[in-house]
Amino acid sequence: MAQTVLHTANSRGLADHEWLKSHHTFSFSSYFNPERVQFGALRVLNDDTVDGGMGFGEHPHDNMEIISIPLEGALQHKDSMGNVATIEAGEIQVMSAGTGMYHTEYNKNKGEPVKFLQIWVFPNKRNVQPRYDQVKIESPAVPNQLVQILSPDPEDAGVWIYQDAWFNLGKLNQGSNADYTIHRKNNGAYIFVIEGKVEVNGQLLDTRDGYGIWDTEGFTINAATDARFLIMDVPMEL
Amino acid sequence: MEIKTEILVVCTNDRILQTVIRLLNTNASWKATGALTPEEVLRKCRETAYQVFLIGAGLTDTEEAGLSAAVKQIHPAIHVIPHYGGGSGLLFAEIYLALGTKNQAQ
Repeated sequence: MAQTVLHTANSRGLADHEWLKSHHTFSFSSYFNPERVQFGALRVLNDDTVDGGMGFGEHPHDNMEIISIPLEGALQHKDSMGNVATIEAGEIQVMSAGTGMYHTEYNKNKGEPVKFLQIWVFPNKRNVQPRYDQVKIESPAVPNQLVQILSPDPEDAGVWIYQDAWFNLGKLNQGSNADYTIHRKNNGAYIFVIEGKVEVNGQLLDTRDGYGIWDTEGFTINAATDARFLIMDVPMEL
Repeated sequence: MEIKTEILVVCTNDRILQTVIRLLNTNASWKATGALTPEEVLRKCRETAYQVFLIGAGLTDTEEAGLSAAVKQIHPAIHVIPHYGGGSGLLFAEIYLALGTKNQAQ
């Protein structure tokens, strides 16, 4: 029988630094809840809003797969590997931090906030050569179809990471549904509702709610309203 | 006087190591010390009774495993933690979880 966990939007940790508002689904920085540390290999799910022109000064990362998905606006990225890039809504960025790298990320626009999801997944291999990539997220071939944006395979759709993880974005019209099959026997799926309301396994989920489901082969997502969501399919054990 | 939790951190990237040490030492209950090499880890372990050994970036799998075993041989009760993330994001939670308690967050 499927096991599940519900993290409602208002149960998340909040870091309010005036220029940055970050909602933490899992323990992060000064927010610590021993009951909310990770969902399998998914360790960080931060829902960030950064004021115009503001951002994160130079800071290090190592041994983590770091994925950024802008929802509104654009981020300016510079890193110690020499990458200078802008990433905006409709794209996905990945960094395999490996042996270590530094980067900055700022809201590119002075006059409007940037909203983005920052997601950290434990790597399946420590101390890899650091790498950076970003790709445009393809539109689905037909409406109400999931779009894969991340996998472990460099030849597959979206970006790739050092982990047996698959991410899919969904955009469903009210009343429609999508089936999802979990990729590996020991993986689980974490559904994060970006906007709207969906129902999974009898559980109604509202905007910014998170819902983990494992010990199952798959599930159906029903759109109670027009809705956008992210499915993160990750190993449950490291 | 409060006895601080002694934390030893190894990372071959000096700049990241100094960042991690600085972040850990913002907690008044912790005293963090850095090492850049396995040899330095073992030397410092023989000099100080560390409670936590944090394994940062840059070692091979073999070095990580060998160093963990050697450190545990010197201090059997030490908590050995592989560190992930490189900065403040996960650092404090890693220590809290290892110690089984949430010390004073700064």
